[in-house]
Amino acid sequence: MSQTVHAFTTDVPVWKPYVTPLDLDEASPEQLEALQVTPSNNKISDYVLVLAHDVETLKHRSPLFNGVMYNRGGLSRAEREIGAVGASIVNRCVYCAAVHASRYNQLTKDTEVIAAIFQDGVEAEIDPRLMAILRFSAKLSQCPPRAEPADLAALVEAGLSQAEILDLILSTSLFGWANRLMHTLGEPVRE
Amino acid sequence: MAEDTDVVAAVVGIEPGSALAQVVNGRADIMALTQNTHDGALTPKDPGGLSHAERAALAWRIAKINDHKGFENHFEALLEQAGAPDNAVRLADIWFDGGSDARSRALIRHVDLVAHAPKDATRRDIELLQEAGLSDMDIVRLTELVAFVSYQIRVAFGLQLLRGIA
Repeated sequence: MSQTVHAFTTDVPVWKPYVTPLDLDEASPEQLEALQVTPSNNKISDYVLVLAHDVETLKHRSPLFNGVMYNRGGLSRAEREIGAVGASIVNRCVYCAAVHASRYNQLTKDTEVIAAIFQDGVEAEIDPRLMAILRFSAKLSQCPPRAEPADLAALVEAGLSQAEILDLILSTSLFGWANRLMHTLGEPVRE
Repeated sequence: MAEDTDVVAAVVGIEPGSALAQVVNGRADIMALTQNTHDGALTPKDPGGLSHAERAALAWRIAKINDHKGFENHFEALLEQAGAPDNAVRLADIWFDGGSDARSRALIRHVDLVAHAPKDATRRDIELLQEAGLSDMDIVRLTELVAFVSYQIRVAFGLQLLRGIA
């Protein structure tokens, strides 16, 4: 019997879809290309197989996601993960928060920042630069977005360049997208 | 959409050669992929059970929910380009709940939920779409539309803030 995970955690759960994932045997050439199916890479997650139902967005979404989170220069990878975590907390996507909080911990070899964020949300007592990043991310993630010039000024004050702020806008917005897929099309469970 | 169109740049009003343009050019690849996804979500070659007009109308609705005037104008224009059939136009009316049409009711209910409060979504919300006759493929298409437009609006909103200091 599997159990739905409701509390934020860095112990990454299993994601179970509410809709039926694409059956690879029925995939079109365009879907296979978007999934980049090769003999050596035949393990595709249920999440990606669900998104493959809309191949005309998935084929651009995968490279976009990798670019926003991992491309060179600009904001550090760890700080992009804080943008992702801020959005995932606002949207209560427990799965996304788990994946990206644990990635932050791996990148920084630190668990205290995430523990503080999971306990106190945007009020967490963390390093001022991370606090400015988290708060901007949480406010941009509201609907309608609530980030203000003062929130941007706090980022500048904390030392972020304009290129770094752009990367934060992109990683935060990307999780406004990812959370709305992952949290509404399925749920995180423990088996 | 013409291939040289960049909706975010147009909505934000990024002047070529400006300080903001220079910053954004550092991520030109991401902006191009954002435009490609926009075209895939709004005007796909295979729209499945969600017409181009319905997509534009629902995107206009999402822009209203996000209180983003620039994107409201953009999606309204896209709806005009799609012929603006009455049954689609009504989907953009924020005071319309779908009336007596079960499919329209389900589409509007879900778009409003996922745009405004995705944290409140549960399995039951997907079942309601299925009960209204949507296929799982169309449920994914609809969700991608709401999720992508929510992303694109936040990118533009952030760039509009950034312009204040660029």
